[in-house]
Amino acid sequence: MLDNLTQRLARVMKTLRGEARLTEANIGDALREVRLALLEADVALPAIKELIAAVREKAVGEEVIGSLSPGQALIGVVHRELTRLMGEAHSGLNLATQPPAIVLMAGLQGSGKTTTVGKLAKMLRETQKKKVLVVSCDVYRPAAIEQLKTVAGQAGADFFPSTATDKPVDIARNAVDWAKRHYHDVLLVDTAGRLAIDEAMMKEIADLHSAIKPIETLFVVDAMQGQDAINTARAFSEVLPLTGIILTKLDGDSRGGAALSVRHVTGRPIKYAGIGEKLTGIEAFHPERMASRILGMGDVLSLIEDARKGIDEEKALEFAKKMKSGKTFDLNDFKDQVGQVRKMGGLSSMMEKLPQQFAQAAGQLPAGGEEKAVARIEGIINSMTPAERTRPELLKATRKRRIALGAGVQVQEVNRLLKQFEQTQKMMKQFSRGGMAQLMRGIKGMLPGMR
Amino acid sequence: MFGFLKKSPAPNPTATDPAVAETVATSAAASWRQRLKSGLARTRAQFGGKLKTLFSRGKVDDELLEELEALLLTSDVGLDATEHLLYQLKMRAKRDKIDTPEAIQRALSETMYDLLLPLEEALDLSSHRPFIIMIAGVNGAGKTTSIGKLAKHFQAQGRSVLLAAGDTFRAAAREQLQTWGERNNVSVIAQQSGDPAAVIFDAIAAARARGIDIVLADTAGRLPTQLHLMDEIAKVRRVIQKADPTGPHETLLVLDATLGQNTLQQVMAFDKAIQVTGLVLTKLDGTAKGGMVAAIARQCPKPVRFIGVGEGIDDLRPFKARDFVDALFE
Ligand SMILES: Nc1nc2c(ncn2[C@@H]2O[C@H](COP(=O)(O)OP(=O)(O)OP(=O)(O)O)[C@@H](O)[C@H]2O)c(=O)[nH]1
Ligand SMILES: Nc1nc2c(ncn2[C@@H]2O[C@H](COP(=O)(O)OP(=O)(O)OP(=O)(O)O)[C@@H](O)[C@H]2O)c(=O)[nH]1
Ligand SMILES: [Mg+2]
Ligand SMILES: [Mg+2]
Repeated sequence: MLDNLTQRLARVMKTLRGEARLTEANIGDALREVRLALLEADVALPAIKELIAAVREKAVGEEVIGSLSPGQALIGVVHRELTRLMGEAHSGLNLATQPPAIVLMAGLQGSGKTTTVGKLAKMLRETQKKKVLVVSCDVYRPAAIEQLKTVAGQAGADFFPSTATDKPVDIARNAVDWAKRHYHDVLLVDTAGRLAIDEAMMKEIADLHSAIKPIETLFVVDAMQGQDAINTARAFSEVLPLTGIILTKLDGDSRGGAALSVRHVTGRPIKYAGIGEKLTGIEAFHPERMASRILGMGDVLSLIEDARKGIDEEKALEFAKKMKSGKTFDLNDFKDQVGQVRKMGGLSSMMEKLPQQFAQAAGQLPAGGEEKAVARIEGIINSMTPAERTRPELLKATRKRRIALGAGVQVQEVNRLLKQFEQTQKMMKQFSRGGMAQLMRGIKGMLPGMR
Repeated sequence: MFGFLKKSPAPNPTATDPAVAETVATSAAASWRQRLKSGLARTRAQFGGKLKTLFSRGKVDDELLEELEALLLTSDVGLDATEHLLYQLKMRAKRDKIDTPEAIQRALSETMYDLLLPLEEALDLSSHRPFIIMIAGVNGAGKTTSIGKLAKHFQAQGRSVLLAAGDTFRAAAREQLQTWGERNNVSVIAQQSGDPAAVIFDAIAAARARGIDIVLADTAGRLPTQLHLMDEIAKVRRVIQKADPTGPHETLLVLDATLGQNTLQQVMAFDKAIQVTGLVLTKLDGTAKGGMVAAIARQCPKPVRFIGVGEGIDDLRPFKARDFVDALFE
């Protein structure tokens, strides 16, 4: 029952089939499914209400054009509205001020502030040639200052030392002073994690803000946050004039509904996304991708769009469903999949639909020669009996020899295929939990040299 | 759909009043509950507060039940557990002929209690020495801090403790654990090397040589999508088994209570990699909810050994379903 929106809507779509126009009546059920999907994605209820209202207004009266089904037309509206609510496309940090440009970090415990300081420092240094100073005002958490020092070293940024006996406001003031005298372009100020309900700590960061008057005040939020994200974000934005949001740990398999909740209450742009523990694990935020991710249709939807060119939609949906279930994935499906990938324009075009980091990772996969490989795989599988295709564990040495003979290949090739199949099957299981993006992350994980 | 509720004649008092059920309370237990409650104050304000306005309307109708559904969902209970709880509530209401909002509240509270009670299972440390506890979880969940608190907790029970700095990846993770070691006045086994399994292996040998009761092994945070890191932690577990074929004696998964539905995936993925035997639920002092425990109870039940209610060394409590539900529905 915890299927994604595509599957939820597939059910509703049936009842919508054949209607020429979206009406109040025919989208009611579908909107309920959208609501549930958003709840599953951890979007806070008030944010969901806003979205549903906007969708209803935009959708009613919309004509169902061309080959689209009403359900698809509705998904289109939902996706468009969600993308709009996610905000404008990427806007970088605002550093337009008398140097140093001061950036203050704020957020809950463990959200990723210190790591993000390191990432930003590295990025500003390497892509904008900025001279960066970082300082920690976290005098509470054990080894917090030490952590920032290490991270600063990794980022090649200057580190302004502080000690746990100093006062946060004093530390920050001294760092600003130092940055001015040493001509730093940017000063990144790390702070301790704090709860929105901790009045003393919230006052501390408000005081810190008025003491150093940062040009950017960034709220760092974990993409896995639950329904409470909306309350937390509201509380922080009431105490601090936030200028932007950073969404961390997007490399996980959370649907990331917190992004919408936080946008809903703060109205601030999400400036960057954290996509890994390493200092290179940061990228510009993409509203459209995030909308797909929250809806849980992820990249599958755009793949289906693509697939419509080559294969029929029923089959694509069937395929997506099978991929979701993971269990039943056998050699027949493997063959189908290989064939479909060919129709869809090969693996490489599929990769383009994926977020950048996965595409990068995928780029390291062996490319080319796909046609031949596909034909060979099909040949081998065609030489198997139906029983062998559904139960690959039957394939012991004698059977493998027979198959190799039948397909005119070496036994090693059969073995290689079975290994590929096993890996794919394993990844399908991953997919069943996390969608296409996660599948690609699985591939990334298998590549050497990546954490 | 819930129409049957309207016909019921009188409220039925059979549902146990939690406050009455909990009769004996020593002063220690009272202060314990006080602290838990203050830790869960936010939860209560959110959950209980809303409930009160709901139930003060004085009648039970579809609208009330729909709001109840929304309330559970916005508390991170999740669709499945919410559906389950409401179904159970419906059955209970029918059986006991409940028709006042107050009685419905009690019934919901009891339904939640029934769901969570099986998770209340204390850790038995007497079976092995050294008793090896491996700690795992996603990034920033509160693993290292929980180890600091657990060290204090176990020492207060008269047991000796040793810490293993198995997070060899994150910046200053070792220094952080060392500070907790100093606060507790216990040894921390650490290496310059980057191999977590080797550090923990060493720590077990050291504990054996020194006659230590409990080894707490920290590990680096990881997301279940990082398959190679999930393999790495599975290897850590295997190496522990090599050091002691009966170990690890407890595999604790630390969960951040402010996170949402992804928590379920965490429990399942870590369980698959390292066979989770218990949970620690942190940051309950901050989240407005904590309802994901219900989702866990439904879909992948594991004993909740402890809860974290702050950043201090004393901010650790055993999980008590009654207190948890009380604090939620009060
Ligand atoms: N996978 C992943 N891990 C991240 C990301 N950002 C941060 N982390 C990890 O999350 C954990 C917490 O990060 P920190 O930077 O220490 O978080 P913080 O907000 O400074 O924490 P406190 O100072 O304790 O409040 C660490 O293990 C980081 O490596 C990310 O984008 N992806
Ligand atoms: N309010 C509150 N904060 C907590 C609690 N437990 C841990 N924290 C804070 O959460 C942050 C992360 O805690 P850590 O113990 O470093 O988490 P971790 O899981 O070891 O993190 P990594 O090793 O980076 O993955 C720190 O700022 C802790 O002080 C809790 O119960 N309540
Ligand atoms: Mg920090
Ligand atoms: Mg740690």
